[in-house]
Amino acid sequence: MRLEVTVNDTPYANEIEPRTLLVHYLREVLGLTGTKIGCDTSSCGACTVLVDGESVKSCTAFAAQFNGAVITTIEGLAGTGDLTRVQQAFHEHHALQCGFCTAGMVMAATSLLDEIPNPTEADVREGLEGNLCRCTGYQNIVKAVLAAAER
Amino acid sequence: MTATEITPTDGKGLVKFGQPLLRREDDPILRGRARFTDDIPVPGALYMEVVRSSHAHARIVSIDTSGAKAMPGVVAVYTGGELAEDWKGETPVLIQPDPAPLLAPKWTPVATDKANYVGEPIAVVLAETRAQAADALEAIIVDYDVLPAVATPEDAYTDRVVIHEDLGTNKAYTWELAITPESVEAAFAEAAYTVKQRHIQQRCLPAPMETRAVCAVPDPTGTGNFTLYSSTQMVHLLRTLLALRLGMPEQKLRVVAPNVGGGFGSKLQTYPEESLCLALARRLERPVRWVEDRSECGVAMIHGRGQVQDIELAATADGKITAVRVHLIGDLGAHCKLFTPGIPVLGGPFYHGTYDIPAIAVTVTSVYTNLPPTDAYRGAGRPEATYAIERAVDGLAAVMNMDPAELRRRNLIGPFENGHQTVCMVPLDSGQYELALNRALELVGYEAFRKEQAERRAAGSTKHLGVGMASYVEVCGYAPSRMMAAGGGKFALWGTSVVRFLPTGKVLVTTGSHPHGQGHETSWAQIVSDRLGVPFEDVEVLLNDTAIAPYGVLTGGSRSLSVEGAALAVTCDKVIAKAKTLAAHLLEAAEDDIVFDSGSFAVKGTPARSLPITDLAYTLSFDAHLLPEGMEPNLSAETTWDPPNFTFPFGAHIAVVEVDEETGGVELKQFVAVDDCGNQLNPVLVEGQVAGGLVQGIGQALFEHAAYDADGNPLSPTLADYLVPSAAEVPSFTLDSTVTPSPSNPLGTKGVGEAGAIGSTPAVINAIVDALLPLGVTNVTMPASPMTVWRAIQAAKAANGKETGR
Repeated sequence: MRLEVTVNDTPYANEIEPRTLLVHYLREVLGLTGTKIGCDTSSCGACTVLVDGESVKSCTAFAAQFNGAVITTIEGLAGTGDLTRVQQAFHEHHALQCGFCTAGMVMAATSLLDEIPNPTEADVREGLEGNLCRCTGYQNIVKAVLAAAER
Repeated sequence: MTATEITPTDGKGLVKFGQPLLRREDDPILRGRARFTDDIPVPGALYMEVVRSSHAHARIVSIDTSGAKAMPGVVAVYTGGELAEDWKGETPVLIQPDPAPLLAPKWTPVATDKANYVGEPIAVVLAETRAQAADALEAIIVDYDVLPAVATPEDAYTDRVVIHEDLGTNKAYTWELAITPESVEAAFAEAAYTVKQRHIQQRCLPAPMETRAVCAVPDPTGTGNFTLYSSTQMVHLLRTLLALRLGMPEQKLRVVAPNVGGGFGSKLQTYPEESLCLALARRLERPVRWVEDRSECGVAMIHGRGQVQDIELAATADGKITAVRVHLIGDLGAHCKLFTPGIPVLGGPFYHGTYDIPAIAVTVTSVYTNLPPTDAYRGAGRPEATYAIERAVDGLAAVMNMDPAELRRRNLIGPFENGHQTVCMVPLDSGQYELALNRALELVGYEAFRKEQAERRAAGSTKHLGVGMASYVEVCGYAPSRMMAAGGGKFALWGTSVVRFLPTGKVLVTTGSHPHGQGHETSWAQIVSDRLGVPFEDVEVLLNDTAIAPYGVLTGGSRSLSVEGAALAVTCDKVIAKAKTLAAHLLEAAEDDIVFDSGSFAVKGTPARSLPITDLAYTLSFDAHLLPEGMEPNLSAETTWDPPNFTFPFGAHIAVVEVDEETGGVELKQFVAVDDCGNQLNPVLVEGQVAGGLVQGIGQALFEHAAYDADGNPLSPTLADYLVPSAAEVPSFTLDSTVTPSPSNPLGTKGVGEAGAIGSTPAVINAIVDALLPLGVTNVTMPASPMTVWRAIQAAKAANGKETGR
């Protein structure tokens, strides 16, 4: 089937198998490997992208569901320009170690701050519940998101 | 620590040891440009999928691959028997408990006639696309003759079913540490108080966020060389092991670990899929790649922990602990991986914890089960030992009706700066155990908490407050080779480093150890900038590749900074020494009169005449005619450093919980960790390591369990069933440290990668039991889920307050 989407401001049109997951489309067809696959049960959030501004776990959605959608992946947040406030805060607060959860975590945090511009610590912890990290203990991720909110 | 406190440079671009520093690794990751193994584009690669046993113990009667072979895109399907010729050698077991003889079954990357755990590879399929390979996997039909399975170590111990018939028993070895067996018996005979507990160290999934991924690429020019990309913690050791297994010339193989998405010990290993991708790339002369699904990871990756511990303490009337006795059954799983049999034993000499206990006896019997192999997982033996002694000390405090902090103080080993030999003959490096404990008690507000707890108890609340502490000492800095060999190590763990000045004064650095999230690049550049006085930005760190780095054994056991970082410091000193000789020659002064400061050499007392080391790098390269006779024209050095001793990090962790008597729900309200990892190179990274470790330790206490049913079927292989804690399950931690430099290495560091996961688990369970003591609860098994806690409460109530826990 034919899929037309806009990803990171670039329009694409591709023939895909109907069963293609969005994450496989992004990684294997478009070569946007910044989005990761961390599980197969929609539990870890490493594959989180923004679809029309909303966070979506791209491993549990078919690409075919998004015909005509505007998608932003981690590569599209800052491109080669200045880091976004969330990315910059992740750096300044040492909120990433191995970095495998980072793309999903940054996308989820970006979406969270869109919805709740001035979150409490509890808001951040609950808001990121769907994104798992095994390295940081979340301590610095929470600090980073709260700091990003203040910018 | 806030961002504003972090200044990357001093204006000249130099950074100092101990300076909080942000990571240079972050930018490509934050932009989604960093490449992990499965992100690397490899044109023409075949995709491998692995057929795995769906039974824990079964003879493989037949495998029908005909349907799969006929499917679109399928290039080949191989069963274990069809691959037997690819395996020219075996994978050795690198720690064999000494002197106990180890009974270890042989295994091959793909089972041939019998499968011994659910998830064991029994065939592989290769196809042009990932989807075609996955489709073909479904079309392979396996006929099994199912055998009775051994799903617990206790069952294995009975030899009711012997898994490996050629061994004649499930017992792999029995290891005994009995320094003074008579005095242990005497201490128990004379004890005023004794306590006896059984603890189950449940199996845990290491669960790095990146599962494993492998890609083997034959050199397209036909040299017979191969490049293997793997998400591994040990590129060099992996290359050696693959060369042995495949009979491939080691020099023809290059192993690269691109960005590695966490390991926690699980990637300190060689797995069947690495051998398979390489062997099949060799067979088919095409690149072969594989990535592990998360559900696959739950059964195909090593598991951590897996022990049954019986611990007893003897104590005098005033609470002096006089003996500790431990009987332990280690669950090795179906066969031995690289370090499997060594893990239960690794904690053996640490069952006295941080206490001065004069008599100790530890017996470890490890057994094979029809479950995936266990191996090193964050802490590897030390968390288990710490858990048992810290739970037992709390048990003793309860029996004696003594404050657990006071009981600890009465028994802690006193402070020492340079060596303390334990009852187990372990040469501890330096320690101030009471200092760390007191600091943690102060930070948690212990006295005030006890008051609040008493008030709440008096008010008859069903929301019970509890506080639990754990004092720990662990062993890192792997490893002094002679001590390692004495402990059963069949390999050595020295550190390697290379420093090369380029003619323009810039520096290339490599070490054998390589990162999977720790921040080696930032750390090595920091050491070099500090030591050589060159700008941080002028130091390029190259790692993770056997074609670039000197042979490094592995990254694990919290060893990188204390062994490889120390090797780097030694190399920097060699570089300075060489440049100093040249500086003396050029400045026409005696070498003893030359001083080196902030990157420049000068004659004592005449600082105006100075030579920057960066200029000497040029001289040593291109003005070689100016060099003194016999000096090699380069400014480079390398070191292979075998440490004189291990390092022994320590600390104290305290948890505060609220337990709901009605539901069994546990809320972790507060957590304080005071860790001492010796000198801190970069406090930002230290705190990051500690916080991450804490959540893994807390995860084991409250949430995580790689559970199996009685037939050896996995109940929690996916992240939907296996509860890796999320941000919502844990609080913010109060982190602090004491600094007791280690005399074991020139940096004075001890290591901090595992510490968080060691003290936190017993602290949390001690807190839960402390909360429920008035109800008569004396033990809670892990993970302390609401159901488990609720049952413990009901059992205690049913026993009418009598001791029911073991």
